[in-house]
Formats: sequence, structure tokens, C-alpha cells
Amino acid sequence: MSLAMFVQHLLNGVTLGSLYALIAIGYTMVYGILRLINFAHSEIFMLGAYFVFWGIVLLHLPWAVAMVVAVIVVGALGVLVDRIAYRPLRDAPRISALISAIGVSFFLQNLAIVVFSAIPREVYRPDWLENAIVVGDIRVLPLTLFVPVLSFLLMMGLVFIVYKTKPGLGMRAISKDIETSYAMGVPVNRVIAITFGIGSALAAASGIMWTLRYPQLQPVMGMIPGFKAFIAAVVGGIGSIQGAVIGGIGLGLIEIMAVAVFPDLAGYRDALAFILLIGILLVKPTGLLGEKLEDKV
Amino acid sequence: MKRAVVLAFLMVFVTAGAAMAADDTVRIGVYLPLTGGNAYGGELELEGLQMAHKEAPQVLGKKVELFVVDNKTDKVESANAVKRLIDKEKVVAVIGTYGSSLAMAGGEVAEKAGVPQIGTSCTNPLVTQGKKYIFRVCFIDPFQGAGAATYAYKTLGLKKAAILVDVANDYSVGLASFFTKSYTKLGGQVVTSLNYQSGDQDFTAQLTEIISKKPDILFIPSYFAEGAIIMKQVQELGGKFKIMGGDAMDNPKITEIGGKAVEGFIHTTFPYDPSMKDMSPIAKQFTDNWKKLHPTKEPNVNAALGYDAYMITLDAIKRAGKAEPEAITEALAETKGFPGVTGATTINKTHDAEKPVGLVQIKDGKKTYIGDITPEL
Repeated sequence: MSLAMFVQHLLNGVTLGSLYALIAIGYTMVYGILRLINFAHSEIFMLGAYFVFWGIVLLHLPWAVAMVVAVIVVGALGVLVDRIAYRPLRDAPRISALISAIGVSFFLQNLAIVVFSAIPREVYRPDWLENAIVVGDIRVLPLTLFVPVLSFLLMMGLVFIVYKTKPGLGMRAISKDIETSYAMGVPVNRVIAITFGIGSALAAASGIMWTLRYPQLQPVMGMIPGFKAFIAAVVGGIGSIQGAVIGGIGLGLIEIMAVAVFPDLAGYRDALAFILLIGILLVKPTGLLGEKLEDKV
Repeated sequence: MKRAVVLAFLMVFVTAGAAMAADDTVRIGVYLPLTGGNAYGGELELEGLQMAHKEAPQVLGKKVELFVVDNKTDKVESANAVKRLIDKEKVVAVIGTYGSSLAMAGGEVAEKAGVPQIGTSCTNPLVTQGKKYIFRVCFIDPFQGAGAATYAYKTLGLKKAAILVDVANDYSVGLASFFTKSYTKLGGQVVTSLNYQSGDQDFTAQLTEIISKKPDILFIPSYFAEGAIIMKQVQELGGKFKIMGGDAMDNPKITEIGGKAVEGFIHTTFPYDPSMKDMSPIAKQFTDNWKKLHPTKEPNVNAALGYDAYMITLDAIKRAGKAEPEAITEALAETKGFPGVTGATTINKTHDAEKPVGLVQIKDGKKTYIGDITPEL
């Protein structure tokens, strides 16, 4: 493998990985606060991407505006999902909320198949995103630089919200002990609603970024990326925002490098990646950054 | 009084009819992927088929009734769909489906039940292999793969090929191996053949590897859902080679989803396309009627195959003289030179249709039929 090729693989891996990281942040945030694996995350991801499409096609919004509108609408949708499907189960055993999350996931996916139809749709992306920057034999997409930066900014923003704001204080309190939080006057339901709103907005943002990289819309498009990001969050140490970023980028790199090193085994790429991840979990069962329990948000 | 008697008789007939699978209608089952990854192809085939049904709603003086089931682009659902059509709807023949894996899963059920199945665009040889009741109106992949190889090597003079295969898909694996066989026999060299799995969206690792091998042509025997993204990523990674694919890439939406990345792309297909220059009268009639029925939607080869599958089934029932599975099966096997939209169709010994391989190229953002080729096997 030449150096140029290695760098190209590295860049491909970082692009894919930072997309996983972006999705994983949303998963890990909701989990960190509520101990709920929000399986509907992948469908919220898909809806975010579709809403941009409809915003452009039906409402003739400019691309950037459609993106912002989609993120806000999907954030609100997340709050609604919490109100309908999770809040009534707040005092039920945790497993009930998990089942409810799986239900929401199937419901949204099937609804999308009926409403949007299963036909793949095109994605609008501005020209400056399509034209690669060429350095020698290496080609860098603007998105390759853009997504890691965005992931980093969102990570910093989240850390700021969780550690420096009042709702963040509430989130940390709830993550420690939800009953005591009620007793101490934390507006629990409101804080949880905010959590879902932010989590869903993050999912929408990552869905939009994903379609900028892989420009095709389908109702089932969230499933595999969502699944992978969930694993990335677990490997990074679920509940830890920094862990999700490391886990996501790590998974992306491993997937690409597995193919780069063993091109003939490309069909087994997921298997190779997961064997490595299971290895990591065997050594560190709580994930890479999961051991310091008090840091979980 | 008389009226009441007639009515009573009628009622007896109706109930008896329903119990005996309705003697007054010919029941034909259809199973196609109307949701899931192959929904686009399935929908077009269904629309072609329904158009044929509209034009020829009767056979042997009886009304033809269609029972349509969605196989959801899923092998298990395909088997269930055929089971339901045969057991519950009591159909005398099953038309379907887009997708070789799906046709094989459904075909097992039809073969066991002894009901003929007429495939639309399932091109893997295994679909009909060793089967008594399974037919198809399309040619098979060895033929198509050889067509692509012949065109790439002889007509375009491209001597080095790379292949990117969907290992989770029988159609893709089959087509890739037939292409390789034919291409190397002609004297070409396959520099690398890499795999991916259906549903993958990132092909950058495989493509970086392929680009480093500097092939003249990349053959992608993929489905449309992956094919368009593969071409986008080739463009982004700066691949300069020609790209060719199989009939599964035949989709009117290709330029909308693929944009500039699909310019110059060539794929093999069945000899029909609305952009064809010298169309047979029947193909012309099909195109005109389609445009009347769907003014905003272009027909494609899948719609034509759906149309042909219905017409050939109806022709077999007519020649059989009765709507019974065994008789229809015998008649289907004897189909000779049936004038279809996708060319004159003869069902051969292995129950496959014999017709030339067509070629379509994306030129200036438009699908263009560039002729047909006789493969060197």
C-alpha cells in the first residue's frame, strides 16, 4: 500500500467514523441521562434527511434553511415521541420503555414506507460539497473536513449544556437519581423533554450529514448506520459523550482499514470490525471511557 | 317467482364457484417487491402487467382476475406470498418476480404445489434449473454477463477490468462470475474483484483499492440502490475508468439520483427502451399506450417485461384451452416466437427466454439505447 493510498483510506475512515460519531452522540446522551436505549434514534435520523428533501421540493426552501428547519421540526418530534411513548412509562420497569422505543422505531419506519414510499430518492447537495480537493493522488471531500469539525463542535456544545447550564444540572441530577431529583424540585419531565429534543435534533443533523455523504434517501436508511453508531457508543462507553466520538471514529477507521488491509475479505468487513470491537469489550467491559461512573451524563 | 328461482340458482352457483376457486374467472397470482430495496423495479413491472391486463382482460371467454401480493424484497416474504396465492387465492399461475433470490424462494413453493411460475426479470440460471413448473420471459445471466464482457473487450477495446460484487445477492455473484469467465476467455484480464454486502452505503475502501489497480473498466453487477451510490463515490474518489452494469441498473430515476456521476455509464438490458430508434410495432404500441396511461412517467424495460409476462401467460392459457396449472405448464414450455415488447420470445429447454442482449448508455443525462449485441459465449 502506497503512502497516498494509506492517507486516502485514513481520510475515508475518518469521514465514515465521524458520521458514526455524530449519530452515537445522540444515543449516548439519552442513555446517559435516562438509562434508555432510544432505538427510535435511527428513524429520527431518517426523518431528518427526508424533511430536508421535502423542505426543498415542496416548500422551495433554500438548502441551508431547509436543514435548519428540519433539525428544529425533528427536535420537536423527539419531544412529542417522549410525551406519547416514554413519559407514561417513566415509573414502569426500564425494560418497558425499551420495548416502547423499539415500537416507536418500527412505527416510524413503516409510516415512512407508506407516506414517502420505498423508492430511493435523490438528495440535493450544493456543488461546493461535491467537488473534491485534490492533493497529489489524494482526494479530500469538503465533507471530510466538515463533519469531524461539526461533531467536535456539537460535542463541545453538549458538554457545555450538561455542565454549565441549569437544564444540564437537572440532567446530571436525573442521571444520578431520578426520585431524589423529583423530591428536590427538579422539573424532571421538562428536563427529560429537553433531553429528547436535543437528542432528536442531533439525530436529524447526523441524518442530514449522512445523506450529504451517501446521497440517497430510503425509509430503511437509518437502520444500519443507527445500529453501528449504537455499537460505537457502547464501545466508547455508553453514557460518555467523548467516548461516543472516539468509538464512532474508531469503528469507521476499523471498517475501512479492514478492507484496505485485507481487500479479498471485503465481504466480511462488518465481521472483522465486530470481532475487534468484541475484543475491546472483553478487555474493557464498560467501554473505552465508561469506567468513571460519576462522569456519565 | 321465476326470478326468485333464478336468484336462488345464482346464489348456489356463486357460493359453489367461490368454493371451487371461481369457475367463471381465471385467477392469476402476481408477487413482486412493492416495498423494500427493489420496490422501484417491482412497481414498474406491476404497472406494465396491469396495463396488459387492461388491454387483454379476458381469456377463453372468462374474466382474468389478478391477485397481487407484495414480497417486500424479502426471500421469506416471497415464499409466503406464493404460498398464499396458491393455497388461499387458488391461482392457476403465478407471475413473478423481480429479483433472482426472491424468484428462487417463491419458485420452490410453486414447484412443490405444481403451479407454473412465470418470472419477469429474474436472470440467475438457478431460478429455473431442474424445475418443471418455473419459467421466465427474460434471458439469463451467463448470456448477459457474456454480452457485457464482449462489448467491453471487443467493441470498446478495454483490456483490464475490475469487479465490485454484492456477495449477499445471488444475481450479483452469478453475473460477476459469468462476466469474468467470458472476459478472460476473450483475452481480457480481471485485475481485482472485491465484495460488499447489500445495504452497504460506503464503498470508499473497496473503490480506493480498485482505483489503485488502474483498470480500464469497472463492472458492477449491483442493484440500483447501491449502484448509483457506488458511481457517486467513484466520481468523488477520482476514478477515471468506464463503468458497466447489468439489467438491475435499468431505472428511469438513474440520472436524478446519480447526476453527473452516471454520465457515460453503460448497462446491459433486455432489448427494449423508450429511446430505441427502430422499434417493433408491438414495442411502439406499448410505448404509446403507456404514455397515454402514465403521462408523467417514462416506461422502462421492467414495465415491458411485466407486460410480456402477462401476455405470454395468457397466450399459454389460450393454447392450453383450459385454465389448469398442468395444461398451462405444458403450453408455456411450447412458447415459440411470441411477439413480445422485449423481442420475439421463445422458451427454450431450460425454460428461459432467448432474446438478444440490449445496451443502454447514459448520454448527456439521458438514457440512450445504443443497440444490441450477440454475446460470444
